[in-house]
Amino acid sequence: MTPVDPHNIDLPKDDEFKVIEIQSTLTEAKQPESVILKEIESSGYDEDSTFAIKLALEEAMTNAVRHGNSGDASKKVRVRYVVDSQRVVICVRDEGQGFCPDEIPDPTTPDRLSLPCGRGIMLIRAYMNKVEYREDGREICMTKFNPGNV
Amino acid sequence: MTEKSPHLTIIEEESVNMVRFSDRKILEELSIREIEDELFALVSSTPAIKLLLNFTNVEHLSSAALGMLINLKKEVEGKKGKLKLSNINPQIYEVFKITRLSKHFDIHEQSADAINSFS
Repeated sequence: MTPVDPHNIDLPKDDEFKVIEIQSTLTEAKQPESVILKEIESSGYDEDSTFAIKLALEEAMTNAVRHGNSGDASKKVRVRYVVDSQRVVICVRDEGQGFCPDEIPDPTTPDRLSLPCGRGIMLIRAYMNKVEYREDGREICMTKFNPGNV
Repeated sequence: MTEKSPHLTIIEEESVNMVRFSDRKILEELSIREIEDELFALVSSTPAIKLLLNFTNVEHLSSAALGMLINLKKEVEGKKGKLKLSNINPQIYEVFKITRLSKHFDIHEQSADAINSFS
């Protein structure tokens, strides 16, 4: 049997996602994390994968509230997610102007290494298996495969 | 001498100010800002500070926390002090490695080694 390349698996269909919508504040931004992590804990993910998903979700939520929605608490952040024993897919969408991820400078170059910001997207890419931007950069979709089940 | 705040415990040992974090997760902006304020206050009240941040028990660290550490290093060095980090768990050390900040900071495995290296 040919092994499945996890990177070629499509995102789940829209109706497979569960949805949480929150007001765009850093306090509210914690809510999806607690709900999603409970599902991850009961789906057999190891400690490293859980660490990775938590870190990526935290960075994506902070980006949506601070940069996407520019700190405007009247805006919303929409989180869609699917958790099963094989993969976790989390999409975070803000109501901002969008952005081009390729234009974000590399924070590891010598001239940027001592700057205090700009590492969130890099960490998301490093810790998740697949990262896609949609809606002109307003939505990030992140996938983590369960190393025990792929 | 030991000082305690909601986020930090500061122990003075062999002229080194060693800071331990009370929070297992240094992620959220509000607590990061409070930690930054406390550490900056310590730096400005201690000339040429020898500051050691001991990450025992810290399990999560966000990019905002990394930014705070970068600002802290600049502040310490601007005041002729030295900043070292120790007891970083492997998962968090990986965050430093990915962002190449493992070379930007003076990181020691154990706090005793870090304290000795100040002299």
